Amino acid sequence: MTEFLQQLINSLSLGSIYALIALGYTMVYGIIKLINFAHGDVYMVGAYVGYACMTHLHLGFFESLIAAMIICTILGVLIERVAYRPLRNSTRIAALITAIGVSLLIEYTMMYFVGADPRAYPEMPDYLTGSFAVGGVIIRNQQVIIIGVAVVLMIALQFIVKKTKMGKAMRAVSQDPDAARLMGISVDRTISFTFAIGSALAGAAGVLVGVYYNSINPLMGIIPGLKAFVAAVFGGIGIIPGALIGGYVIGGAETLVSSIGYSLFKDGVVFAILILILIVKPTGLLGKNVKEKV
Amino acid sequence: MNLRRRTLLGATAAVAAVGATTACSAKPGGSGGSAVTGDTIKVGVNYELSGAVATYGQASVDGITMAIDEINAAGGVNGKKLEIISYDNKSDAAEATTLANKLFTQDNVLVGMGPATSGNFKAIIPVANKNGVPVVSGSATADDVTWDGSTVQEYAFRICFNDSFQGTIMAKFAAENLGASSAVIIKDNSNDYSKGLADAFTTEFENQGGTIVTSEAYVAGDTDFNTILTRIKGQSFDVIYLPGYYSEAGLIIKQARDLGITAPFLGGDGFDSPTLLELAGASALNDVYFTNHYSSIDEDPTVQDFIKAFKEAKGAEPSAFNALGYDVGKFVADAISRASELTGDAVQKAMAETKGFVGVTGTFDMDEHHNPVKTILVIGLKDGVQDSSEKVG
Repeated sequence: MTEFLQQLINSLSLGSIYALIALGYTMVYGIIKLINFAHGDVYMVGAYVGYACMTHLHLGFFESLIAAMIICTILGVLIERVAYRPLRNSTRIAALITAIGVSLLIEYTMMYFVGADPRAYPEMPDYLTGSFAVGGVIIRNQQVIIIGVAVVLMIALQFIVKKTKMGKAMRAVSQDPDAARLMGISVDRTISFTFAIGSALAGAAGVLVGVYYNSINPLMGIIPGLKAFVAAVFGGIGIIPGALIGGYVIGGAETLVSSIGYSLFKDGVVFAILILILIVKPTGLLGKNVKEKV
Repeated sequence: MNLRRRTLLGATAAVAAVGATTACSAKPGGSGGSAVTGDTIKVGVNYELSGAVATYGQASVDGITMAIDEINAAGGVNGKKLEIISYDNKSDAAEATTLANKLFTQDNVLVGMGPATSGNFKAIIPVANKNGVPVVSGSATADDVTWDGSTVQEYAFRICFNDSFQGTIMAKFAAENLGASSAVIIKDNSNDYSKGLADAFTTEFENQGGTIVTSEAYVAGDTDFNTILTRIKGQSFDVIYLPGYYSEAGLIIKQARDLGITAPFLGGDGFDSPTLLELAGASALNDVYFTNHYSSIDEDPTVQDFIKAFKEAKGAEPSAFNALGYDVGKFVADAISRASELTGDAVQKAMAETKGFVGVTGTFDMDEHHNPVKTILVIGLKDGVQDSSEKVG
């Protein structure tokens, strides 16, 4: 029982990270039907910004988190402006290939500047490194913070999308960009805003992972990025609560597979879930079947 | 015409030097190495100076150049100075092979040194055998580098122990010095090195009467080990054998200590990097032991003299790769000085007959498989710093 609860804590921490990254995928897909493969690399850049803030500027954890979110916001908007906007009216495959190109560009530019070796985050203050035990289950403060930050950011996002004017514009653009433009909504600005929010969340996830695992490297975004994509598809790509559910399901599945002794299969199982969901319910768990009108 | 005469001469020399037993395996078109004339002896350096494993190559070459400089300053080998011809193989096996061809056929070096990794070294061995030039690696530790179980690579030598030996020694150390009777293994399943060490450890540990409680696996690049560690925590065992590289090992040790696992961690020479300390943090690195070629706290005068000289020459604390490179340089010079004449075959014979060579990384004889018979160091860490070192084997 203790072991089960311990594994549950492990899976919630992992799931929160996937969920945070998956939100960015899902929002961008929801609004311009583009799978932004550079998203995992924005997460990596966030981890490095956090590292630089803590190591060189000696900022605290929350200041670094905010700095990483700001830098990633700028990066996200820049990527959209430079790489995707000129292709707005091209085929979807062109935009997809560009996304892969941007991803590789960020990875190897980063590697050029910081080297390929993993780096460790500096020593953290006690409120981050400590842990407490609840009936034999050890809960680390970092795990509480990761889950907490993830939940707070998701609530904030839900609020933005549902209650603000910008959120309304986002929903309108995702429904029908041309009609939205006719209603006086600036489509370009709305898309930029979507990239900004998604990238900020990815940057936050990067810093959380840096603090949690204490190891970052320029290629760290690839596998979590792909898994977060699976999480987004699982929950129904384009649907915000779906990304949340998907993140926790993928984190849980991965932990479950390792915890019964098949740690080598954990990545395989995640991608098997992707294949399965695409066969059984391609729109994802919360997706509705929309019939194409002829 | 010239080439054919050299070939004939070489073949004759090969037969004379190696003797009738190996004459049947005479190398097709081999030149038997080139005889040296003049006041210098050319030696080749073929190392990873850039690319993925550049740190290994650069550190090895620093050691080699220091050794050769020392030898030349002391008058050279039998009155002749050693001249290094150095190339960068860019951590690439194909590039290493091309450079080996160049060194052995155009530059006509007497001996080749490097590459550092097993894969790259294996790639150049056929070239060395074909041209009859002896080659030495300081750090190719894969089991099958010089001997694949049936045939010896005639012209290839190494001066480091092999992988399975590390696993065997660590199992002995666990049973005898730590009194362990049960162990958990965590290995990197994407890595032959890790799997080889784990297999050797298992065999020896069971021979000593111990049991392997469970065996967990990960793949290089993983960062979350909480799940497998939580699984392990529920079991009872004395030690954890973790034969991986520092980038994952550092994280595993840290996460294990965070979960409250206090059992000793045992590892191999893959732990030897300052990054291990950065990733795990000093407080996690207690009761951690690993096998290595060399330790800076070894009180042996050969080691302390080397450390002093290296600091003076290069202005830094030497690493295990520096020490191995240094020994490669000294080993090559020693073999050349004992060779009956300055040909590849004579030097090859001298290398094979090495007895009681005293190096920084240990004193050894060369066995019939061209592997050194040497002791291994087991290094213990206290708060992330080397605290004890013990010679085993």
